[in-house]
Amino acid sequence: MTVSREELVGRLEADGQGAFVEWFDETDERMVINMGPVHPSTHGVLRLLLTLDGETVLECKPIIGYLHTGMEKECEDQTWRAAITIVTRMDYLAPFFNEQAYSLAVEKLLDIEVPPRGKYIRSLITEMNRLSSHLVAFGTQGLDMGAMSAMFYGFREREVILDFFEMVTGLRMNNNYFLPGGVWEDLPEDWERAARTIVEMMKRRVEEYEQLITENPIFLERTKGIGAITTEEALALGATGPILRATGYDWDLRRDMPYDAFEDGLSFSVPVAAEGDVYARYKVRIAEIRESTKLVEQLIDRMPSGDHKNMDPKITHPPRDELNRSMEAVIHHFKLSTQGYTVPPGETYAAVESPRGELGVYAISDGGSSPYRCHVRDPSFVNLQSLGPMARGGLVADLISTIASVDPVMGGVDR
Amino acid sequence: MNWVIDLIGGPQTVIAIAKVLIVFASLLVLMILVVWAERRILADMQARIGPNRWGPFGLLQTLADGIKLITKEDFRPQLADRWTYAAAPVIAAVASFLAFAVVPFGDEVTIAGHRIDFILSDLNIGLLFFLAAGSIGVYGVALAGWSSGSKYPLLGAVRASAQMISYEIALGLSLIPIVLVSGSLSTKAIVAAQAGSVQNVTFFDGIPVLESISRYFEYVPNWYIWSQWPAFLIFLIAGIAETNRAPFDLPEAESELVAGYMTEYGGAKFLMFFLGEYLHIVTVSAMAVTLFFGGWNGPAPDFLGWVWPLAWFLFKTGLFVYLFVWLRATLPRLRYDRLMWLGWKRLIPASLLWIAVTAVVNIDNAQLSRNWKLGAFGVMFAVVMVWVGKGDPRLRSAVSPQRRLDGTT
Repeated sequence: MTVSREELVGRLEADGQGAFVEWFDETDERMVINMGPVHPSTHGVLRLLLTLDGETVLECKPIIGYLHTGMEKECEDQTWRAAITIVTRMDYLAPFFNEQAYSLAVEKLLDIEVPPRGKYIRSLITEMNRLSSHLVAFGTQGLDMGAMSAMFYGFREREVILDFFEMVTGLRMNNNYFLPGGVWEDLPEDWERAARTIVEMMKRRVEEYEQLITENPIFLERTKGIGAITTEEALALGATGPILRATGYDWDLRRDMPYDAFEDGLSFSVPVAAEGDVYARYKVRIAEIRESTKLVEQLIDRMPSGDHKNMDPKITHPPRDELNRSMEAVIHHFKLSTQGYTVPPGETYAAVESPRGELGVYAISDGGSSPYRCHVRDPSFVNLQSLGPMARGGLVADLISTIASVDPVMGGVDR
Repeated sequence: MNWVIDLIGGPQTVIAIAKVLIVFASLLVLMILVVWAERRILADMQARIGPNRWGPFGLLQTLADGIKLITKEDFRPQLADRWTYAAAPVIAAVASFLAFAVVPFGDEVTIAGHRIDFILSDLNIGLLFFLAAGSIGVYGVALAGWSSGSKYPLLGAVRASAQMISYEIALGLSLIPIVLVSGSLSTKAIVAAQAGSVQNVTFFDGIPVLESISRYFEYVPNWYIWSQWPAFLIFLIAGIAETNRAPFDLPEAESELVAGYMTEYGGAKFLMFFLGEYLHIVTVSAMAVTLFFGGWNGPAPDFLGWVWPLAWFLFKTGLFVYLFVWLRATLPRLRYDRLMWLGWKRLIPASLLWIAVTAVVNIDNAQLSRNWKLGAFGVMFAVVMVWVGKGDPRLRSAVSPQRRLDGTT
């Protein structure tokens, strides 16, 4: 007895398994196939429900939620200060941007100032982080298309940058370094030499990447005209970052809505491409690596002296050595450590330009010592919905390079 | 003792059996070395260290991996077709071993009055046998994908069958010029034809620059690569595609199809595919050496006469294996439709043209003057180059795929 597809799907859906239906239709020769959540190139646990005609993708439906751990909700159980330990784990390739967006939001609510050195350290670290994140994007783009050496080269340089993060913050990822009011610790003694080494290294190595990949005919064949979307589509889908800029739309929050050190008018250009395809996104990312290298150099040169954080004892912990001398410092330390500070009631939105696009934090305070709501607009999550239009009509191989060019981080998608 | 030898068919049979056993065992050891070498070279190119724990320089790592694979549970997916599923890896491995039968890996040696050729079987249709063994390998891949009862292997098998069948044509056609110039299908005869050095080259007489350098030709080995390099390029590209190696590793495209046709295989069965693939690399490399780089020919001192040809053969083959690894470390993977385009629209026409060029140039007809031959050579060479280098018009216009699907262009 044959079972019709509708009946089969209906039965499985009644069992709550509708999402797992795979079938092969013998009349129109369409195949529905699951790519992921366990698949080498879905960048974590992204699952794509593909409808294929041969190898042509007729429909691509991203299904998310496999990494969902309720991080936003967990923030509500933490103090304002401690919630940073949660947000930093969302987009794990660009942890500093999460911290920065959150800190900016809380600073808006508190209405406090960050001293110039704090702002510059933040911008320096985030631009370094943009480098390390784009290096992963470059590497995975190569790996997903079969040029696996690219990944090792990208990760080799990223390692040096992570070493710098470790030197500054004590950790390689999930650093918990920024905080409302500045950064937790001042830069270590020989940070400048280490940072300049990275600048020199990146200037040289970007040329090597370009020689290896950029003009490779096979790479061009697999990226030019692949996964293209127009500016209108990108805007309608809410895509930001390299995806939007690759369609020719000139929008970068660092320039258009400046924050931290960018308020001081650093000189940098926003790379834009016109085609909106995988190659354009790749070129934009490579150009951004160059621009970020320049920015890091400027930030090193212009690094001001002074406090690295707002020294208001109600907001940030007093310096460690004061605890031995001052009773007041002990009281402040105790209060901050046990219950944290309260934030005036209100709501705000603060956004930064993360490597993937606009990363915003929408925070609501009810006047208590922990967030009432901390919503994160993660660019990976929003960009992912443009994958469907990009993939439609391409081959499975095109879909792979398109996923890599969207560069989703599932930690950010499933917060 | 003698009656035993007579019973099984005389000394020649004993020699043949001994050769088969020795070659089989050496190939298995060679596999371990090749896999180890690939991992180390790849690691070196990718700024990694590679296996270095087990044995000196990690040499025994591959052996350990092999033992692990053999002792793993032999499972079978529920939907798999039982016998085909079990037979496919065997076919793949056996086909690779078979192809090596016609590779001459050294000069002959005389032991106790018996002449021993360093070739398993000097078939008079050696090249055809090589192609036939390669074709059988397709069955292993196609059946593996079909019988696994799973979708990714199926996609991989469809890709693999199409790819291997298409490139087999180009591979076969690229061998014809060699047959034309050597006048033989026997690999041993082809190697023998490449012995010595290039001397008395009259082809370029009268052309000023080329004539002046022709006295150095006596130092140049008489390999077919000099006159047949277009055939060599076609052979190399088609050969890499035949072995399913990067940049033509679509059938097992890891990032797309998980592991392609061998997704559902594990343990000893997977090991057979693995063995077959690496053996295929060695065979294609050895064939390239045999046909274009003089086989085991090379300068040799007087003592231990049989060692040097073998060493030369292994050395040259090793260089090609290195090339395979190098390509894997460098190039991205081709897309399926581009692969077909390259095979059918470039390699096959190019090899057909090159056959014509070779035939014209080597024509043994006194009525056709050398100038005519040179002229025909030049024209056809230019045609080949222009055609091959022209590129795909689609690449220039870069039509977006969804617009193609919607039919708006």
